[in-house]
Amino acid sequence: MDKTPKIKKEPLIKLSKREDLDRQQRYLYRALAIIAALLVDGIIITALVHMNPLDIYGTMFMGAFGTSRKVMVTLKELAVLLVISIALTPAFKMKFWNLGGEGQVLMGAWATAACMLYLGGRLPTGILIPVMFIAAIAAGAIWAMIPAIFKAKWGTNETLFTLMMNYVAIQLISYFIIKWEVPKGSGHVGIINQTGKEGWLPYIGTNSYLLVIGFVLLVTIVMHIYLNYSKHGYEVSVVGESPRTASYVGIKVDRVIVRTLVLSGALCGFAGWMMVSGTDHTITTSLAGGNGFTGIMVAWLAQFNVLVMSLCALLIVVLGQGAGEIATSFGLNEAFGDILTGVILFFIIGVEFFINYRIHVRKSGKEEA
Amino acid sequence: MKKVLSLVLALMMIFCFTAVFTGCGGSDEGSSDGDGFKVGFICLHDENSTYDKNFIDAANAACENLGVEAIIKTNIPEGQECYDAAAELVDQGCGIVFADSFGHEDYMIQAATDFPEVQFCHSTGTKAHTEGIDNYHNAFASIYQGRYLAGVAAGMKLNEMIDKGDITADQAKIGYVGAFTYAEVISGYTSFYLGAKSECPSVTMDVTFTGSWYDEGLEKEGAQKLIDEGCVLISQHADSMGAPTACENAGVPNVSYNGSTIDACPNTFIVSSRIDWTPYYEYAIKAAQAGEAIDADWTGTLETGSVVLTDINEKVAAKGTADKIKEVEAGLNDGSIQVFDTSTFTVKGKAIDSYKADVDTDKDYTPDTEVIEDGAFMESKFRSAPYFDLAIDGIKRLDEKF
Repeated sequence: MDKTPKIKKEPLIKLSKREDLDRQQRYLYRALAIIAALLVDGIIITALVHMNPLDIYGTMFMGAFGTSRKVMVTLKELAVLLVISIALTPAFKMKFWNLGGEGQVLMGAWATAACMLYLGGRLPTGILIPVMFIAAIAAGAIWAMIPAIFKAKWGTNETLFTLMMNYVAIQLISYFIIKWEVPKGSGHVGIINQTGKEGWLPYIGTNSYLLVIGFVLLVTIVMHIYLNYSKHGYEVSVVGESPRTASYVGIKVDRVIVRTLVLSGALCGFAGWMMVSGTDHTITTSLAGGNGFTGIMVAWLAQFNVLVMSLCALLIVVLGQGAGEIATSFGLNEAFGDILTGVILFFIIGVEFFINYRIHVRKSGKEEA
Repeated sequence: MKKVLSLVLALMMIFCFTAVFTGCGGSDEGSSDGDGFKVGFICLHDENSTYDKNFIDAANAACENLGVEAIIKTNIPEGQECYDAAAELVDQGCGIVFADSFGHEDYMIQAATDFPEVQFCHSTGTKAHTEGIDNYHNAFASIYQGRYLAGVAAGMKLNEMIDKGDITADQAKIGYVGAFTYAEVISGYTSFYLGAKSECPSVTMDVTFTGSWYDEGLEKEGAQKLIDEGCVLISQHADSMGAPTACENAGVPNVSYNGSTIDACPNTFIVSSRIDWTPYYEYAIKAAQAGEAIDADWTGTLETGSVVLTDINEKVAAKGTADKIKEVEAGLNDGSIQVFDTSTFTVKGKAIDSYKADVDTDKDYTPDTEVIEDGAFMESKFRSAPYFDLAIDGIKRLDEKF
């Protein structure tokens, strides 16, 4: 392409929107993409580490589902990623770029941890847990509402605003970690209320994750209904398609934006609450673990269909668990697992392009000239 | 299509649940006795971190020496993931599980409570001696002795620079890149400083903190800042190659930590002190195999082979460094030299004759134990993890925020 053409020509590659694929063909394309990705990964495995790709895939699968504990851990990871993806969905469906999931989760976690530290032992657990819950969703909601109000009132850019709110949250939490650290200077809060378990979500039997997984299942169903069968959900779609149409038909766009972001942030706060009260019982700046961003990918990949989202999130979690497993079993660096995961995601995202666009390649240069 | 999708989802759920309930019976593959003894290791990062590499090397060496199988889990964050990893290692049949990072401690305690038949050992932790859980143990080493020896090498290098006329005695300033204002770090740089001071009495030291145990960029920046402010020799207590790299680029001598950095820094590396975890791993694994009790709090020393210095880089180190280090090491071993001899340092101009340290970890950092005995601060005596946190004269902290 470095030759400068003298005559104006049709470009070598031209794209056009395609509508000709029916649902089944689309799913076929996607299945083919996954097969292609596995083949490419197979070549990478054979070429770089000289191993049988099937061994690697088998180990990755067993890393996620090999034992009952692994299944529980996978489901817990799925629950965390899924609830954050779902939390971000209403905002993205409205075409509001909420890149602040990470910060909103952290603020929810922060509020939960603060309640556990300051109120633990002073309030009975039956009251403490609801207080933590309310504090967490309020903290997440406020963190999302601030950029939403600015966007609704003054049209500020929500992409940058929400993104920067993450860093504010991280700094705030760093400050509180230094305040709460044990022992002094260690930079670690450690497990909060480890002996008395004040503010810990109860176990179901001996299982500490089942309750959290159940919560997320409930949230998934409720969100599916909210987005597809409620007036609010309809308004979100209309604002997403065109804010002008929305205001023409009498939807108060500003209110929908703020309301939806409050919901989005509150759910992120809920995720933070779930992690501090239910699974991790500590607070760190990396608690959200990038899920605030991965969740965006999951939401888009599923095209805001909450049910498809659970499959996408499962795929990503399984790949992550598998990457860790091959690092342990074969002594391969975890980064190798990430390479394999990257290839798979590249194909999965890439195929959407070929499903939505047709590529026309110019037949021959001479003909056109 | 919706039907197909709901069918797939339903199948997934059925699959997951059957896996949960049928998996319960079939998951305990290995038994923890006999020849196939398995040992689990949980590492915060992988071998790209000098800190974790030091542990991984020891884990492999100890398991090879004892003929047991090592299962190493890397990149395990200091959160619930640590508990999950420990539990999985138990599922895989490990009779003993080690974790290498400070923040793993509470999750290891949780695992120790849940799996009383398995031994859990945590390096650098502080709670085993007060928790009273039979199968939970801490370990550390008297690394302050190693730091002191490394400090001797640094002091000799400074003397050489003074003798050559490169710097005046007043300009003998060391720079130190620390992670947090944590006792382990304070103990480390203070013993290093005292080692240097034993050779070069005019030495001073500036310390900067990065607020992270592993941040290559910040560590490099920190070292560069110290060099710019006139520090003529750098050492560090943080786990990346940041500070050594900055030194090599600026041509400033560096005393390293956790292992030799001579390959990357052939022109500036002097010597490095490190903890060799192999003796502890061998001791604890043998005890676990035999079903014997493991110390709640184990401290390795120069004599157990837990505190070691790497080979000296003769190209950079001052002449006679190796001999001098041998001499001082003998003194440390027979007790004629105490690293924290209270006659060698002052705090705010005064000698210290009594000090209470926070040995039993609690939320309010309550000082609870008298640690000055026979004219010296008794480091690592009342618990293995360091608790020296005095701010002695001659050392300036450039920032305190961490």
